[in-house]
Amino acid sequence: MAQYLILIYESEEGYAKASPEELRAVTTAHTRFAEQIPALGGTMLGGNALQPTTTATSIREDIVTDGPFVETKEALGGYYLIEAADLDQALAISKLCPAGFGGVEVRPIWDLSGG
Amino acid sequence: MLAATARVAGDIDLAEECVQDAYVSALDAWTRDGIPSNPAAWLTTAARHRAVDIHRRNQTLRGKLPLLVEPDVVPADVEDVQLIPDDRLRLVFTCCHPALGREAQVALTLRLVCGLTTAEIAQVFLVPEPTMAARVTRAKKKIALAHIPYRVPDSAELPDRLDAVLTVVHLLYTTGHTAPAGEQLVRADLVDRSLGLARMLLVLMPDEREVRGLLALILLTDARRSTRVDTAGRMLLLEEQDRTQWDRAQVTEGLALVVNALRGGGAGRFAVQAAIAAVHTEAPTYADTDWRQVLELYDELLRRWPSPVVALNRCVAVLMVDGPQAALDEVDALDASGRLAEYRYLPATRGDLLRRLDRFSEAAQAYRSAIALTDNDLERAFLAGRLSDVVELSRSTS
Repeated sequence: MAQYLILIYESEEGYAKASPEELRAVTTAHTRFAEQIPALGGTMLGGNALQPTTTATSIREDIVTDGPFVETKEALGGYYLIEAADLDQALAISKLCPAGFGGVEVRPIWDLSGG
Repeated sequence: MLAATARVAGDIDLAEECVQDAYVSALDAWTRDGIPSNPAAWLTTAARHRAVDIHRRNQTLRGKLPLLVEPDVVPADVEDVQLIPDDRLRLVFTCCHPALGREAQVALTLRLVCGLTTAEIAQVFLVPEPTMAARVTRAKKKIALAHIPYRVPDSAELPDRLDAVLTVVHLLYTTGHTAPAGEQLVRADLVDRSLGLARMLLVLMPDEREVRGLLALILLTDARRSTRVDTAGRMLLLEEQDRTQWDRAQVTEGLALVVNALRGGGAGRFAVQAAIAAVHTEAPTYADTDWRQVLELYDELLRRWPSPVVALNRCVAVLMVDGPQAALDEVDALDASGRLAEYRYLPATRGDLLRRLDRFSEAAQAYRSAIALTDNDLERAFLAGRLSDVVELSRSTS
């Protein structure tokens, strides 16, 4: 088994403009996503939604600045840490991850345990 | 240094990688600490240390990653395929995994499936060998680190994944069919390589119709090889070729495969392209070709594969069925879309259509644009010939 981080990149504007019903639908979709993972052979190890990039603070060479590290149209808005047999299984799981205002990036976790 | 490292590494591929890593760490260390008194010895030691490190790590990875640890046990000859068909097929799908970029897919397929050396692959892509070595290394690392699986995809995924494999083989073929640059029209080595791969895939997946379609497409198009250049080294268009000299054995084999690939309806994009090639093959002359059928097949192909290149090729059939103005309208629409901005065959086709419409000075402009985008000597010579024709005609008519 290997671990992967699913990074959810979405337009923050989409969320800012969404109605309460739309936001509830997103929450339901994430709950359903989490429920689907075992059936695909994977395990959910954790995950969180992030506050918008307006709340971000960046530090580059000890200089603290307001805002995200990289300004992009679609910003990192949340993540899941999953365990899967291989990249194909991780991708099958990630395809189900809700990201209506953007998409996701899948990155293998660097195993530093040496085993 | 490579040999010294290879003794520790036990694998020339690994040794190459370690030597490169040593150069990278040298760059860091020497910038920081100054150049050592014996740089060569420093590098060799660093490379050997790296090899020992990698070996230790590989001991634990060996079970999981047969692909990376033993890439060279893959037989280089297509004939050997019957020995271990399953392994070979797994390897093909791993090399052409969609998580790898197209160039990496082609490079890995040539390295691991065809057994080409990194130097030979660099030659294929016309890039320096270190560039290709780095590309292959990066791709291998991604396979290992992201756990790209070493297996044939299940039936739900197979159509998409197979399409990626066939695209790699087809790309190899088209690169050989008309060399992107240089003084030869055809790179026979690449064509033969793609033909070998397509044959191998058919042995491995006898029931996949798109594999048949691709093999048929390559056979039927390549059957014209010897007639595409005349004895003076001039490029000949399809309408000028001596059809009696097309390779009969390839034609016969290709036609049988097309029939099979089309059977049962719902043919894929390679089968439809092969069907277009078959119509040309069966036509007695260029003028007597069933252009309506060619046009219908292009419409079918566009529905399956809405590519601007297909749309441009379709314009030739439009020319033969509906005349040059109708074809020019479609080419101009494609031009305006900007989707074929750097594609040399767009201005070349425009030039030809404008020439047929007696708009010679515009045709000359289009041919100049095409020449600027063309690096193959025979194609350039052909376009230059056309350019001087239309320049002459525009003088005599103005």
